[in-house]
Amino acid sequence: MSFDIIIIGAGPAGMSAAITASDSGAKVLLLDDQPTPGGQIYRAIEAAGDKQANILGPDYMAGKPLAEKMRALNIEYVSDASVWQVTDEREVGYSTGGQARLVTAPAVILATGAMERPFPIKGWTLPGVMMAGAAQTMLKTSGLAAEGAIFAGCGPLLYLVAHQYLQAGVTISAIVDTTAKANRIPALSHLPGALKRWDLLLKGQKWQSEIRKSGTRIIDDVSALRVLGETKAEGLSVNTAGAWLDIKSEHVFLHQGVVPNVNLSFAAGLDHSWDERQLCWRPDTDTWCGASIDGIFVAGDGGGIGGGLAARAEGEIAALGALGKLGLIDTTTRDARAKSARATLSRELCIRPFLDTWFRPSDSFRVPIDDDAIICRCEELSLKDIRDTIEIGLVGPNQLKSFCRAGMGPCQGRFCGLTVQELIAKQTKRTAADVGYYRLRPPIKPLRLEELANLQIDDDT
Amino acid sequence: MFKRVIDETASDVVFDFEGTEVTARNGESVAAALLGAGVLSFRQTPVKDRARGPFCMMGVCFDCLMVIDGQPNRQACQVRAASGMKVARQIGAAELTLDQADPA
Amino acid sequence: MSSDTDAIVVGGGLLGSAIGYGLARQGLRCMILDEGDVAYRAARGNFGLVWVQSKGIGKPIYADWTMGSAERYQKFSDELADRTGINTSYSAPGGIHICLSEQEYEDRVEKMSTLTSHQNGRFKHEMLDRKAMLERLPALGPDVVGGSFSPHDGHVSPLYLMRSMQRAFVDLGGEIKNDHRVLDIKKDGEGFSVRTAHETFSTGRIVLAAGLGNKALAPMVGLEQPVRPVKGQILVTERQAPFLDMPTTHARQTGEGTIMIGDSHEDIGFDVRSTPHVMQAIADRARRSFPVLEQAKIVRTWGALRVMTPDGLPIYDQSETMPGAFTAACHSGVTLAASHAMVYAKYVAEGQLGRELEGLSVRRFDV
Repeated sequence: MSFDIIIIGAGPAGMSAAITASDSGAKVLLLDDQPTPGGQIYRAIEAAGDKQANILGPDYMAGKPLAEKMRALNIEYVSDASVWQVTDEREVGYSTGGQARLVTAPAVILATGAMERPFPIKGWTLPGVMMAGAAQTMLKTSGLAAEGAIFAGCGPLLYLVAHQYLQAGVTISAIVDTTAKANRIPALSHLPGALKRWDLLLKGQKWQSEIRKSGTRIIDDVSALRVLGETKAEGLSVNTAGAWLDIKSEHVFLHQGVVPNVNLSFAAGLDHSWDERQLCWRPDTDTWCGASIDGIFVAGDGGGIGGGLAARAEGEIAALGALGKLGLIDTTTRDARAKSARATLSRELCIRPFLDTWFRPSDSFRVPIDDDAIICRCEELSLKDIRDTIEIGLVGPNQLKSFCRAGMGPCQGRFCGLTVQELIAKQTKRTAADVGYYRLRPPIKPLRLEELANLQIDDDT
Repeated sequence: MFKRVIDETASDVVFDFEGTEVTARNGESVAAALLGAGVLSFRQTPVKDRARGPFCMMGVCFDCLMVIDGQPNRQACQVRAASGMKVARQIGAAELTLDQADPA
Repeated sequence: MSSDTDAIVVGGGLLGSAIGYGLARQGLRCMILDEGDVAYRAARGNFGLVWVQSKGIGKPIYADWTMGSAERYQKFSDELADRTGINTSYSAPGGIHICLSEQEYEDRVEKMSTLTSHQNGRFKHEMLDRKAMLERLPALGPDVVGGSFSPHDGHVSPLYLMRSMQRAFVDLGGEIKNDHRVLDIKKDGEGFSVRTAHETFSTGRIVLAAGLGNKALAPMVGLEQPVRPVKGQILVTERQAPFLDMPTTHARQTGEGTIMIGDSHEDIGFDVRSTPHVMQAIADRARRSFPVLEQAKIVRTWGALRVMTPDGLPIYDQSETMPGAFTAACHSGVTLAASHAMVYAKYVAEGQLGRELEGLSVRRFDV
């Protein structure tokens, strides 16, 4: 079977792209690594009912009609499919049910979304410490919540999950807010743009005030954090207003923003640029979400953080771009159809500069203060290990990787890449953009040797 | 402790974790089921023998690695719990053995 | 006029680091100039074999040079460990070349016989039939017909090797300048003037060890360096419990427990992409050799460019028109590291390449 468009990721961007592409008669292959569609934001949405609606809120439930629409399409949707490579010739390598396949199409849309930014503090590798997004995933997929947990960090997601916990009647031991006051004044310069979405600002305010009203302990003016415990998490030690304060809990949820998950886009050979405001790498894209390699598109948070609705709009735009490129629709139709998505995208993105600046994670949390804090979780390398290695005279993360194995574990640098980059920038007195990132190679998810050896290559016949 | 705050789906899945029976909700991951049963530590790392548990719950951190039905280093948050499954902590590096079941 | 340094080594890969270390340990003030973080480093793509049995078959001068390096490798590695505390993970349990067909086996018998014939008893090996192979490597698959074993063979971590050579170099007072691509080399009195994007240095001696970069640099010192890239791809698995205690030509288990699997030979220019078709072929050969490897998960792959000369043998030269300038290029930077540090560097310090390297000069290509 040959496809016109292969879409990787069935989150809001991917589902939206599939709908747009299929509506114009394109033959679509939609690959996703989860058993059901939704990505992160709409995880487990198909099974969600009233109980979920009450706790998780309407923004989450908005994903349900989208998933229904996707399911009704005449496309090839493969769930539990792990994509491990996209080549610069648009060959897509993926595994499902123990079989690896290589399939090619004239257009490939990467919609692999975002992940949470690393939060390297002493003890962050202890059992019991998880990301706030993980807490939300547990709520969505299993209805499970941790009693008496500590939420620490900054960013809208932190407050959203805490709010959802309170909606579920779960007690929170403390919310430790690391939002830097120093961000306020720079953020205000972006307020005019943000005020166009006063509804979103109000929503955030509402979560905050409900959390305060609940009597949950909130600690701010935080300059340092350490997880307590030797073999598992026992709580969080917080430096607030210059003094250390210990809060006990078995569960600590950390969060300081989300960043594009760039492993697939980098490994495909796409050009990326450093975004100093979002403090992350983003694939370079044009107005049709087309990336630097012809025929490859990037839609959704994987191209830069914008949220679920922006992702949907980009999914449409990328699909229209692909359809236009393949000649499946003419450019006039394409341009006309994109108008509404572009308007939505613009509306969704105008609040970003304000949010990104207000919630910019501070330097002191992007890099730990403790020498024994782990930087590379997979290879168990500490801050001291990394610093000592840089001292030999290294200038970049790839030299560092080859000298001490940072980034060589199975997570492929997802949880240490940005930190390592910062460390090298600091120590060699250069900018993050200048220092660069790990050179990423396939497979971007581990692949059984047997599957690779039995690789089934689909040709066009 | 993780507790069930939305309790409407059937919990018909029963699997074995190192000799103990664990009940899982239909469709949930091995990781979620174990967290729900109070298990926080899923493996011992190969380099420094430290305890680790699930961290991201979305398949990108590779800290929730366990031996599932004889297959080492499987991401427990990416594997749906099934009745009769045998789950154990991953202690150190993966072992290559001649009789590992095919991953489903 | 005093110079900034006694010697400059251009290239901070396996050759440059070994030679630089070799010079520094003789007391020379030395500087290594390296390109930067994303250079075409053959060093990063190196498999890590310290391999004798496949080198210089029919070419005694190369076989001798290789054996010399293997013979001094343990001492070289120990010295580095003493100096830096960094363990290169070198071991020489012997190595095996696996044959997956009768034809391959017969071919191997002939090759080993040729090598033995010109080494005057210096080269030891054993041909192993299937039964004998299984005694050494019980996990071998049904396709394995036999193989050759040589006690001289071993393996090392190329990256820790490089790290420890560079550490030792720096500890001995050597300077490593990263991000200093060499643009120009000129004769300057008795020595040389070396210009990079950032600075110009004066030096008494210069060694070009920049791999594929030597092609453009060599003419600046009156020499030629006909090197071209030959791509090789490698697969790396996640850490495994101890499985393979002896390196084989296409698979070896590293000190960390990961299994490295190779290889390929592709003549396609400056392309280091990991390509699915080649990856599949490498994976297939690996599971035919060791079926149990099917369960191993691949976590990384890479493609790297070998520095290939017209006949595959190294090229070592000293400039006649500009005395004090030397070149070194080869695709076996790991195996030859010991001799590069302990012998070649000695020649450079003395100002004269030894007799044993005469046949490895670029002049051998003149028709």
